[in-house]
Amino acid sequence: MEIIWLIPLLPGIGAAVTGLLGIRFFSKAQTAFVACTSMALAALLSIYAFVQLLALPAEARVYFVVVAPWIPAIPLETAGGIGEFAVDWGFRLDPLSGMMILIVSGIGLLIHLYSTSYMHGESAAGYARFFCYLNLFCFFMLTLVLGSNFLVMFVGWEGVGLCSYLLIGFWYHKQSATDAGKKAFLVNRIGDWGFVLGIFLVFFTFGTIDFEEVMVSAAAMPIEAAGFGVISLICVLLFIGATGKSAQIPLYVWLPDAMEGPTPVSALIHAATMVTAGVYMVCRTATLFTHAPMVMTGVAIIGALTALMAASIGLLQTDIKRVLAYSTVSQLGYMFLATGVGAFGAAAFHLMTHAFFKALLFLGSGSVIHAMDEEQDMRAMGGLKLYMPVTFVTMLVGTLAIAGIPPFAGFFSKDEILFQTFLHNRALWVIAVLTAGMTSFYMFRLMAMTFYGKYRGPAWKSAAVGHEGADHHGADAGEDANDGHGTWHGPHESPAPMTGTLMALAIGAIVAGFVGIPAALGGSNAIEHFLEPSFVVSADHEVGEASGVALAGAGAEHEVSHGVELGLMILSIFVALGGLALAHRLYLKQPELAGAWKARWAGVHQLLFNKYYVDEMYQGTVVRGTMSGGRGLWRFDGRVVDGAVNGSSWLTLVSSWCSGLFDRYVVDGAVNLVGWSASESSFSLRRIQTGLIQNYALTMLIGVFVFVSLYLLVG
Amino acid sequence: MLEITPAHYMVLSAALFMIGVIGVMVRRNIIIIFMSIELMLNAVNVNLAAFSQQWQHVMGQVFAIFVIAVAAAEAAVGLGIILAFYRNKETVNIDEMNVMRW
Repeated sequence: MEIIWLIPLLPGIGAAVTGLLGIRFFSKAQTAFVACTSMALAALLSIYAFVQLLALPAEARVYFVVVAPWIPAIPLETAGGIGEFAVDWGFRLDPLSGMMILIVSGIGLLIHLYSTSYMHGESAAGYARFFCYLNLFCFFMLTLVLGSNFLVMFVGWEGVGLCSYLLIGFWYHKQSATDAGKKAFLVNRIGDWGFVLGIFLVFFTFGTIDFEEVMVSAAAMPIEAAGFGVISLICVLLFIGATGKSAQIPLYVWLPDAMEGPTPVSALIHAATMVTAGVYMVCRTATLFTHAPMVMTGVAIIGALTALMAASIGLLQTDIKRVLAYSTVSQLGYMFLATGVGAFGAAAFHLMTHAFFKALLFLGSGSVIHAMDEEQDMRAMGGLKLYMPVTFVTMLVGTLAIAGIPPFAGFFSKDEILFQTFLHNRALWVIAVLTAGMTSFYMFRLMAMTFYGKYRGPAWKSAAVGHEGADHHGADAGEDANDGHGTWHGPHESPAPMTGTLMALAIGAIVAGFVGIPAALGGSNAIEHFLEPSFVVSADHEVGEASGVALAGAGAEHEVSHGVELGLMILSIFVALGGLALAHRLYLKQPELAGAWKARWAGVHQLLFNKYYVDEMYQGTVVRGTMSGGRGLWRFDGRVVDGAVNGSSWLTLVSSWCSGLFDRYVVDGAVNLVGWSASESSFSLRRIQTGLIQNYALTMLIGVFVFVSLYLLVG
Repeated sequence: MLEITPAHYMVLSAALFMIGVIGVMVRRNIIIIFMSIELMLNAVNVNLAAFSQQWQHVMGQVFAIFVIAVAAAEAAVGLGIILAFYRNKETVNIDEMNVMRW
């Protein structure tokens, strides 16, 4: 297991090869081979490491590897005197990160395979660029989950943000895609600001940023039950980071726009892995959060509200990927709700099952979009189950899983969250159940609009009717002669790499829940017991410690209320079935009813259809404010700063002009005056020298007369 | 017969002197100017001789002899200069003698 650092490195190597060599020299097959091989090796290594981890006894399932020192010790001030800020490239494998590397490398591999087919329309260079970004993303994501201290995690955190930006804006000739990329990046910056401040405060408080040491120190501190202390502040800052990355209120707005990226990207980054980084981070710092109950409550409330809000927006979206995007936001809200009520295991469990079924749904929607020639509007689909049976069946599995119909994966994880919430806070539980009903409704609405009913899309070529979409598909795809996509021949099942991936994920969406069958159904909830060591500090610190008590207390309640739990399960199944039935009625049986309801609840419909006008609100306040602030500063720069500079140069000019004048007229004038007066006086005086002897004689005579006269008169 | 007093001599001397001065001032020929200077010298000599006779003192006459000697020397030098000038300029007009002016 000394080689766990190879797990992130392999995709990194893949990214370097495809990026440095692939874009210029590789054919598509070579690029796909390099990218998929690196991912496959990483996945195999992850499985190997995971198996090794399982072989250890439950308390000892943690493994550290320090690859290299990174930042040498720097003395810095902390709360307890001068501390040493030293950071290693350290990796930590424990149950939580073990589960995460399996998800990231496993689903990452499947999505790489899917992309080899989905992106075939790109040019060879674009293809290599795509896989370079995708591999780079996996590199950073694995670094994020394996990092053994906050700073290594932060490297991965920023790296996945970068890759998210690059991949959302992958089709950079599309204005909306580049805008969405920028939006995602900037909104994430706000969250990262909180995360960085959180790390600073962690170091200042504990004198270290290593997870293990921080958690041990934190466990020794009292729970901030009444007040709002430094741990609460740390948790708030870290949670701000999590809301950015995991698309929670108020920073969720970037995720729906991120659907501008290629669909595999949406599946990998914006559903299965990157957006769960926030949940992962909160789980990783669980000890901190359990010491800040007020923040926990806040996290639960924000999670529940996000879940409800996003689900209600998802009810009326018509873009197939946007429905799934809001669904993702909503499911992430569930995960934060779970962490907020202290059920970190349930959150991680839902994270895992969600990764399977949401990746499946996204890839299924990608398959549909592919079949419909880049059409994403569900109003122009319908009846597709005839044309693409594999996609239909696998997506149905995903839908059943997310809706929480047993025995699919989502049922177990979501029910665990609902149960834990019920134990802690009934109001939030009501919101969560309501959200579950909405989830079921919008997912079956999606299925009904896409796969059932009558085909509503454009006619295809065999019907001799031109399709405008065909042109832009052709432009996008760069004409691959043998794949039959130069012109569109109507909806069709996707090629084998895509359907194969869908089937693999569908199996995952069915079985992933079985690792967490709750005790009430005769299972052992294996996954939560497996993960528990990651959320509480090691056993010797746990004794009598608050976090241990809190989690043990939850476990105790778990034991005593099997009856309640069973009742809640049945209730949530009915809620899910209710959503299904409503969707069935509105979109299949009585489609006219949907129109009637729309007219009747026009105000609500408008509000939901326009996503609560949150984007417009942000545009009007934050964006406009920032822009006008920037413009004001620019004006200040132009007028005042440049004015000062120009003014000083003008002053210099004027003063130099003045001193020039002084030089020319006063100094030169004095010099010239001397010369001039000398020459002028010489001009007049030389007249005396007439050269006429008699003049001289006359002058002499006059002089004699004058002297003699003076002598006679005066003397 | 009217007695000849020193006043008569002095008038004569002054008249001669003024004639000499005016000659020097107004004439252009350098020979004439030279002669006018001799006139002035001799006007002085008349004065000297007159006062020698008046005061019965020989000093005046001795001084007059000295003046005559100096005048002879001056004439020799002056005429030499005039001759040299004439050889160069072919003229004795004093207005032409202006090579030393500005």
